[in-house]
Amino acid sequence: MATMAAPISATSAETSSPSGIWSWLTTVDHKRIGILYLVTAVFFFCWGGLEALVIRTQLIGPNMKIVNAEQYNQLFTMHGTTMVFLVIMPLSSAFFNFLIPLQIGARDVAFPRLNAFSYWVFLFGGIVITLPILFGLAPNGGWFGYAPITTMAYSSGYNIDYWVLGLQILGVASLAAAFNFITTIINMRAPGMHLMRMPIFTWMSFVVQFLVILAFPVITVALVFLMFDRFFGTNFYTIAAGADPLLWQHLFWIFGHPEVYILILPAFGLVSEVLPTFSKKPLFGYPVMVYSGMLIGFLGFGVWAHHMFSVGMGPVADSVFSLTTMLIAIPTGVKILNWVSTMWGGNIRFTTSMMFGIALVAMFTVGGISGIMHSSSPADLQQTDSYFVVAHFHYVLFGGAVFGIMAGVYYYFPKMTGRMMSETIGKWHFWVFFIAMNLTFFPMHFAGLYGMPRRIYTYDAGQGWETFNVMSTAGAYLQAVGMLLFLYNFITSWRSGPKAGNNPWGAPTLEWALPSPVPDYNFAHIPTITSRYPLWDQKAEELVKSESETTIDGRLKTAKELGIPMPFPTIRPLIAALLMCTMICSVLFIHAGNLPLALTIGIASFLGLTFTLVSWLTSALE
Amino acid sequence: MASAAIPDPHHAADAHSHPPTTTGLNHRKIAVWAFIGSECMLFVSLISTYLIYKGRSIAGPYPHEWWCRATNTIGKTAAELGTCAPAETFKPILNIPVTSASTFVLLMSSLAMVLALAAVENADKPKPTGTWENILRSSKTWLWVTAILGTTFLGFQAYEFTSFVHEGLTIRTNLFGSSFFTLTGFHGAHVTVGVLWLLALLGIDYKRGLKPADALNVDIAALYWHFVDVVWIAIFTLLYLIQ
Ligand code: HEM
Ligand SMILES: [Cu+2]
Repeated sequence: MATMAAPISATSAETSSPSGIWSWLTTVDHKRIGILYLVTAVFFFCWGGLEALVIRTQLIGPNMKIVNAEQYNQLFTMHGTTMVFLVIMPLSSAFFNFLIPLQIGARDVAFPRLNAFSYWVFLFGGIVITLPILFGLAPNGGWFGYAPITTMAYSSGYNIDYWVLGLQILGVASLAAAFNFITTIINMRAPGMHLMRMPIFTWMSFVVQFLVILAFPVITVALVFLMFDRFFGTNFYTIAAGADPLLWQHLFWIFGHPEVYILILPAFGLVSEVLPTFSKKPLFGYPVMVYSGMLIGFLGFGVWAHHMFSVGMGPVADSVFSLTTMLIAIPTGVKILNWVSTMWGGNIRFTTSMMFGIALVAMFTVGGISGIMHSSSPADLQQTDSYFVVAHFHYVLFGGAVFGIMAGVYYYFPKMTGRMMSETIGKWHFWVFFIAMNLTFFPMHFAGLYGMPRRIYTYDAGQGWETFNVMSTAGAYLQAVGMLLFLYNFITSWRSGPKAGNNPWGAPTLEWALPSPVPDYNFAHIPTITSRYPLWDQKAEELVKSESETTIDGRLKTAKELGIPMPFPTIRPLIAALLMCTMICSVLFIHAGNLPLALTIGIASFLGLTFTLVSWLTSALE
Repeated sequence: MASAAIPDPHHAADAHSHPPTTTGLNHRKIAVWAFIGSECMLFVSLISTYLIYKGRSIAGPYPHEWWCRATNTIGKTAAELGTCAPAETFKPILNIPVTSASTFVLLMSSLAMVLALAAVENADKPKPTGTWENILRSSKTWLWVTAILGTTFLGFQAYEFTSFVHEGLTIRTNLFGSSFFTLTGFHGAHVTVGVLWLLALLGIDYKRGLKPADALNVDIAALYWHFVDVVWIAIFTLLYLIQ
């Protein structure tokens, strides 16, 4: 292909991007921030995975005593919280950051410094939630943190405080990023990049940002109530004062169900990029894919009470939420049919990325089907709070979100790093993951139907659960092996993988017209787009006019040489994020009974934050 | 937010070599609309909680009813409580006349905000001759009026809060107290941020004068200010007027 002008990309990394730790702390480049998200999330993935290994070791047989009940509570709480908020969401953010500007033909996001701020807030929030486990003080109320059990009356330790504050902080990060991406997608598309020509990944990300800005305020309010109850003695969750024991559950799940789509839609988007490329066919039914994504986002706000069928809402509410839940399966099923039709009759290349993509289609379907099973409220009464539900959400989250993201990592690694990942190790990784995930989670369906409840730290022999648990534990260890293969592949390929050309996969979307790795300014000339698959329909040189971007000795020109204004690196976002976190966390000292210290730290951080923001807003961007 | 527009818009315009935006709108305007959408959900959640908890408090004081603590009876009038010692009698908490006044003040501040924006947009027009015309055309005037009306509203709220506490309602007293103070406190915090924002704009105005090129900055502050105002209309209707 004409796009494989390898010599251009060969030296690009050296010419434009400074290195060293300081450059990472001050970076405002969306691509580098994307890589920061990726690396941080992979780290948390290992962390959350280790927690899962302890959980599975404890459950390998009846009456095991590796951990006690309290430690077990901390472990499953942190495993869930970590995987949802510190792994899948930031992995998605990594791709939002890296890809959205490249896919729409922009030089950066709308607010580069705000973007850096989001990352640092995420990192500090993650630390606040994760670190306490080292001191045996980790949150222990489940990832859903049901109040009133998380109020002072029942959880008087610091554990829940870290969870409440950490989630508030993470919420700020997600919201700030969402405003940024919404603006970027609406306002920074290259000429000709109409909404209906946008790559599907950008479309699904767009939907997700709306879910974030509409769902996160709800959990923010729920958490504010909990915080006020815990620190200031309000009564939102005090049943004795007349509070509704379901208030938290409603607020949490009004957030929580859209949240599961926040987790899955980016993976859907990635797979919708991968399948057409490796089938050499345009995505089947592009408009339907877009509309079903929007419909899923919309209906996602109307199904929350399917998490509450067992609380006694009454037959009318139960029926309504059963119906809406069955309804939402329709646009989801449409997507699956479209993916299958995309591959149908295509010229399929079984790369690692493609295999993860196909696996998503299959595994998500399994999870979707168990989802429809418990959308029927009478059936759900048998399944709820059992391992059957654990099986369901691991099929959609691991088989769905994680597999989709893995497809994305293998696919976009060359664009991010300029090097290819090893396909041989990649295939090993895939098969180990695929077998391990089914070995771990498939038996859980049976354990659940045989009556094994969720969130128990141990169980007695003779209830028919032993075999299934042994299988699940074996699967979990096998997953760890798969993860090690992935890490090895990731690190060695980054160091010394073969050089990737601009478009190693022959992919159709705009980002592949650029050199790998992408120069800091992305596009020397903003391209004009005339179709949905520019690289299949237009010539790459026409799109990016690469000859004018290189100097005589074949190196890429820098932004300066091209006269492109670049935002200055700045440390202010990091400092602002840090001060915001210390400000929020100062309330911990109220719990400790030291109001003056809380006020001192709070006010000092607030003043510092104001000062930083003023200096941020009055300093020139570029 | 992240833009060089605040230091000096004329300067920023020179160095401009960015491609034009897709919609022709400034990035910040779109971001603020998204932010407002998000804020809507915040207030919807707070207001819904208040409404769900209305009538669920197991002890007074109550928003619209009289309450006798000794007998735990509720009445539409003091007479309905029967015999109740004065120290045990609690009035309805919400004071509609006072809050109507503060609502009016906030509404007027929105009007002043509109005039402030118009003044900035027309700052380049030739100066009128009369002193009064000059004052009425000045963005400083209307920014000050908006900020002062906003502060007056906050004053009303401070008065309301202290008098409620004197009448026996704190954030810990009952569900009404918790949900009322949290909701209106959140709104008050938003007004405070708005006032600080206006003061920052005034600071720039005194330093180098707000020009038509700054209209966007003022416009965005105005959007926020009107939003906070509209939220208050919702709160006033749902909490105070509907009983
Ligand atoms: C076809 C679509 C889906 C349907 C019909 C569906 C239905 C359900 C229902 C009814 C429950 C409640 C089960 C119970 O607790 O008794 C549930 C739980 C859950 N679902 Fe799904 N679901 C679907 C897709 C998804 C997706 C895409 C995700 C995430 C990517 C997801 C994640 C979860 C999680 C995490 C839970 C458990 C929450 C908890 O109790 O901790 N689901 N699902
Ligand atoms: Cu759900």
